[in-house]
Formats: sequence, structure tokens, C-alpha cells
Amino acid sequence: MALSNLEIALYVFMLATFVGLEVIRKVSPLLHTPLMSLTNAISAISVVGAILITGAAHATMLSKILGFIAITAVVTNIVSGFLITDRMVKMFHKRGGKK
Amino acid sequence: MIPQAVGYFYIVAAALFILSLKWMNSPATSRRGVFAGEIGMLLAIVGTFLGFDVHNWTWIAAAFLIGTAIGIPIAYIMPMTAVPQRTALSHACGALAAALVGTAEFYQRQGTGELGPVFMIPLVLETLLGFLTFTGSLMAMGKLQEVLPQRPITYRNQNAVNFTLFAIAVALGIRLIVVPSNTALFPIFAALALVFGVLLIIPIGGADMPTVIALLNSYAGLSACAMGFALENKLLIIAGALDGSSGLILSIIMCRAMNRSFTNVLFGAFGQIQEKKGGAEQRPYRSAGPEEAAAILESAGSVIIVPGYGLAVAQAQHKIRELFDTLTRRGVDVKFAIHPVAGRMPGHMNVLLAEADIPYDRLYEMDDINGEFAQCDVALVIGANDVTNPAARNDKSSPIYGMPILEVDKARTVMVIKRSMSPGFAGIDNDLYYMDKTLMLFGDAKAFVSEIVKELPAKAAA
Repeated sequence: MALSNLEIALYVFMLATFVGLEVIRKVSPLLHTPLMSLTNAISAISVVGAILITGAAHATMLSKILGFIAITAVVTNIVSGFLITDRMVKMFHKRGGKK
Repeated sequence: MIPQAVGYFYIVAAALFILSLKWMNSPATSRRGVFAGEIGMLLAIVGTFLGFDVHNWTWIAAAFLIGTAIGIPIAYIMPMTAVPQRTALSHACGALAAALVGTAEFYQRQGTGELGPVFMIPLVLETLLGFLTFTGSLMAMGKLQEVLPQRPITYRNQNAVNFTLFAIAVALGIRLIVVPSNTALFPIFAALALVFGVLLIIPIGGADMPTVIALLNSYAGLSACAMGFALENKLLIIAGALDGSSGLILSIIMCRAMNRSFTNVLFGAFGQIQEKKGGAEQRPYRSAGPEEAAAILESAGSVIIVPGYGLAVAQAQHKIRELFDTLTRRGVDVKFAIHPVAGRMPGHMNVLLAEADIPYDRLYEMDDINGEFAQCDVALVIGANDVTNPAARNDKSSPIYGMPILEVDKARTVMVIKRSMSPGFAGIDNDLYYMDKTLMLFGDAKAFVSEIVKELPAKAAA
């Protein structure tokens, strides 16, 4: 019996959630703030959806406008999210080794 | 480029995202984690451009340029005290994007026969969560930035009104799933979700913002995840699920740190418990000046500093670092005790102290340090209040009873730097201040600490 697309998607969702719970639980509370800005940047992967709707061959004007706003919003998240996370974790590097 | 390759780009990107979060488990590997995330994102975007037939390049390029132009200054100008607001703003942006993509897909696919339940159910979830998280996050940002009142805004039958509104939104959503061609219904559905987001957050007080931010993080992730289901894109599902579970765990940690349940945070309007028990009587307390405080710190063998958000408000982090350096040079063992809800979002206090160059191996979590207070000579509380209140342990009638606290009252001497005797966020009086071994140091945290530091070398010369 072949799995439907929906079933595969649900399997992926379930496994990713469990992986997420296990991995996040091990994150040091020291880094919870950078963690949140990092997951934020990662969830800006919705940029893929935004590109596809804006860039569709038969995109309506409405799609283009909404997609344009969506891309702008998530690209802001990607850029500022990764950069600020890096800025924060760098602070934990500076003196950590020296004691 | 063969379009089939896009799937493999996405698989590698997903693996990199998981590694990225895994490497956040320690400061030593965290930069690698950020790097892995960046590469993953790059692969996903490049893969999308190569693998799909993408048109309207001007629109896309313009959006990328504007987004980058906004994002770079945000990342570099934003002071660390404002990171919670930035985080709330980025939840809003992420959620808005998901909601708008959902909206665009809905209208774009009208009349194509693609609007079956398998598409519509995730699409309705995506837009519902997206729109409500968008306005909710903006409200949270307003509260954190203090442009909106921190106090919970409440009115009669609030929960009933909110619930009814949400129920109508869900009913409309179900109607849209059944009759997707009913485009007139969609704006009403979206508007209700937007209004509900506002109503959900206004009754929540400033002290609960760490939980709320974490929860909104989870919603934003789940809306991206729902988009993945609608578009049948596994990478979106994985990244959204990672973000959703991260937000969930953080909000559970925050709730536990305040001994509250989710429902209590969302529907309890905590700050409500403001009714002061009829004109609290004046109780005696001892206070001291910087000279005396310096003398006590100087003769101490071990000091535990308990920082709270008041420290950040006073911008005292760098002065604390000087105090830390001076004391450490004199052979005093200085540690920092960090309560999980110190600061405005999970882990915020650690970032603020790390920014001031305080070595992170001196920062201790509550459970690791509570046993050490009994052996420590001086506990120095700076800008923290409720998280040190022994009433949480002793007084069953206290609204914060049961909340895990830093057991500052067990130290041999307690010093509290505070502006005045006024109660804190939750409006609860703190017995710690009236103990015989407690010295109140009145003043601005930054000014007071710098005076202590000034006193210390003078003493050494004498």
C-alpha cells in the first residue's frame, strides 16, 4: 500500500516535532534567547512559499502584492535573525575560554 | 539545472537546520550552529530558484533588497535590552508572511479545483494562526517597548467575549473548508483572527511576557508548518515543527518557573491581584550606604549576585562587571544566580551579562545555585524582587506561593539595591527586605554599584 502525500507529510511532521523536542531540551538555558532568534530565522523558511506564490507564471496582481510583502517580511527575519543570533553567541565566546 | 535536484537541496537544508539547533546546546559550538542555519537557508533559497519555474523577478529581487536593507540595521543597532521587542517583531513578521501567502494561495487557486480539504484545512490553520500571531506579537511588542500599558487590560466577560470571537472565526474557517469558493467569507475570517490576536494579548501583564513570547514563537512556527502542509513542502513542515516545538518547550519552562499553567497565563490576567491588603503597616528595615556595603563585600569570602530586570533598566551591567572584576581580584568568589524569568524573555539576563563581558561560567541556573546560598557570605540582589520573595515558599496565602525562587534569604548577609521600598511587578510585598540580616541599599543600581566600586580600592590603599 503506497502512502498518500498527506500521510507522508504527517509522518514528517511527527518525526520533526519529536526531534525538535529532544534537541531543544538539551539547549543550555544560557542560550535560550539566541535560540529563539535562531529558530525564528529558521522558520522564515516560509520564504520558499512566498517566492513560489510571487513567482508563479500566472500570478495575479493580488498574489504579487501579498507575496512581495511576505518576502520582505521574512527576508527581514532571515537577515536580522541570523545576524543578531551570531552577535549574541559571539558574546558568550569572548571570555568563556579565558575564565 | 534539473528541477528534481530541488528535493535534495531541501533535504540537506533540513539536516542543517536540525544540526544548527543541536549545536546550540553549548556556547562552544553555538557559532557553528548559526553558520549551519545560514547555509541551510541559503541552500533552500537557491534550491527554490533553481528548481522551480520562477517568474516576476523584479518583484522578488525588490523584496529581497528591501528586507535585507531593513534586517541589517535591526541586527546591529538593536541594544541587547531591546532583544525581546525585536523577537516579538520578528514573530509578527513571520506570522504575517505565512498569513499573506495563505491568503494569496486561496485567491490564486480559485476555480482550479485544487481547493480540496487536504489543501484547505492547513490553509485555514495557517491563515488563522498567522493573522492572530501577527497582531498578538505586535501587542506583545508594544507592551515590551512600553508604548502600551504593561498592566493587563481587562473588562467584564472578557474570556466569554474572546471565546465567542474565536469560535466564530473557527466556524467561518470550517465553512471555508467546506465551501472554498465562498471568497466573500475570507476577509471576515481574516479580520476576526486579527482582532482575536489583539484581544488575546491585552489582558496579559508585563510580567508574563516571557511566556507569551515563547508561545507566540510556537504559533509562528506552526503557521509556517501549516503552510508546508498546504504546499506539500516537507522542508517547511520540518522547519516549522522545529520552531513550534522550541517555542513550546520554552513556554513550558517559563510557566514552570512561575508556577503557572498555560491557561492561567492566557486567561488569568495575573497582574490583577493588585488589591493591597488594607494599608500595609510600616515595618522596620535596615539600610546602609555604599561605604558600609563595600566593607561587607570586601570582607566576604563568597558573594552571589542576583540580577533582575531592574539591573538592565538601570543599564548597570558594565558597572556590575567592574564590581565583579574588583572583587575577583581580591580573591572573593563571585557567582551570579539567574532565575529563569529574570529579564523579559527566556535567557535574556544571560545575554545582558555576557554582553558586559561577564564570563558565562560564572552564571548559574536556579537549581544549580540554590544549595549554595546557605554557605555564601553575601547575597547581593540587584533589581530583582519577586523571584527572591520567601513568601513563595512559606506563605500559602501569597499569590506567588509555590513559585520556585532563589533562596537568597538563606545567605549570611543579604544586600538589596533598590530604588525604594515599593513592591514590584506583581505588587507583592517582599519579606526578605525586613529580615534582620538584610541591608537595603537605596538608589539607582548603576550609580550605587559604581560608588561601591569606588570605595573598594580606597579601602585597599588604607
